[in-house]
Amino acid sequence: MAMLETATPLYDDLIPGGSHWSFIVRRGHVLRLIDETGGASVGMLMYNPENPLERYNMPDTLKNQHTFLLTQGHVLFSDMGRVFASIIRDDLGWHDTVSGTCNADMVEQRWGKKTYQEAHNHHHRNGFSSFLNELAKYGLGKKDLTANLNWFSKVKTDDGGNMAYVSDHSYAGATVDLRFEMDTIVVLHTCPHPLDTAPEYPSHPLRYQLFKAAPVTDADPCKNSSPEATRAFANTALYHMMQS
Amino acid sequence: MIKKSALNPENAIFRETVPAGEYFLKVVKAGETVQILDLEGNQAADTLFYNAHNPTERYSAVDTIREQGNVYLTAGSKLMSSENNVMLEITADTCGRHDTLGGACSAESNTTRYALEKKCMHACRDSWLVAVTEHEELGMTKRDITHNINFFMNVPVTAEGGLTFEDGISDAGKYVELKAEMDVLVMISNCPQLNNPCNAYNPTPIEVLVWS
Repeated sequence: MAMLETATPLYDDLIPGGSHWSFIVRRGHVLRLIDETGGASVGMLMYNPENPLERYNMPDTLKNQHTFLLTQGHVLFSDMGRVFASIIRDDLGWHDTVSGTCNADMVEQRWGKKTYQEAHNHHHRNGFSSFLNELAKYGLGKKDLTANLNWFSKVKTDDGGNMAYVSDHSYAGATVDLRFEMDTIVVLHTCPHPLDTAPEYPSHPLRYQLFKAAPVTDADPCKNSSPEATRAFANTALYHMMQS
Repeated sequence: MIKKSALNPENAIFRETVPAGEYFLKVVKAGETVQILDLEGNQAADTLFYNAHNPTERYSAVDTIREQGNVYLTAGSKLMSSENNVMLEITADTCGRHDTLGGACSAESNTTRYALEKKCMHACRDSWLVAVTEHEELGMTKRDITHNINFFMNVPVTAEGGLTFEDGISDAGKYVELKAEMDVLVMISNCPQLNNPCNAYNPTPIEVLVWS
């Protein structure tokens, strides 16, 4: 609770499985992601609403923090050397950002095609189209797609670099708190992880909540997690100074 | 996987040396083979590929590693586009491993990785921005600058989820060779990075060769 200023959520919402949604999170707020039923995977992209050419950058996030996984203490870098959000709480210890997202062919091959005519809002959506659907609302498109985050999903590698999807990684109630250090367009979907081979189309809802964040102090664990993160916070502070 | 080339440089239809810090831009036709040659060793060739007829379709690092089930690139790797098509296949490789997770250096990432005062140093993403602004006919902008391949770079991932930068895989005369499966625009930034011990703080030239 130390990093939250409000104990009860300012907003609380549930996104069904196999769906997409987007919104702007203002600086100084915490976006809480909760795996409502267990087994969730949540694809996410991030952009600066003032200049959407600034976007989440997977390579900078990984190499600045010498990590292949994302967890509590890590920060999410934009391609402009700044911090969109800090991971101030994580119950799982491992989230994926290297596997991309599922597309229409993949979903049809693995789980069959289910159209709106057949299944109404239970039709099979895929992550690629879902991202494009939400991006279009901000005047963005295919050229703006970049490596996304896959919250609640774990993909590990062996010594030879072979990737393995870890099923049953997340559980009901598992929570991730993202404290936003910049105003951010958050684009997300609850379509299946592209490496999930579950026999049925995985459809797990996401509960998300918004809180007011407590002020970020000089002793903040994310800000001090690495010299690289500290410098990214300095770049972000400069950006905010130029905004006021 | 080490696999040597069967092609003779004397038969190449195109050869160009690319100095460190410069960009390289060329269309390679479907069926042609392009070789990137590390002339002096431990250089990084930061490379992007686009569908030459529609640059909205481009190399996708995450789709490539996921579809092959491995985070490293080498002979046999099929490079996938954002539209799930095979763009090129690596047909020869004398390094054995290339990185596609570490991305390219930028003025801004130099501030976070090295020091805030490194911001004005030349970087790969600046080279690409110069390339697209000097070639307005391509209709490309910063929106088209995406996650690249670092040919000759070694960025090992551990089973525990760590990631490190190592040197020692490439050497003078080592190369990677790719056969194009569609007409592709090849855009290389020959890395000018002066802050990374991987290249002994000494960026060096590469050569690009094409066979029909």
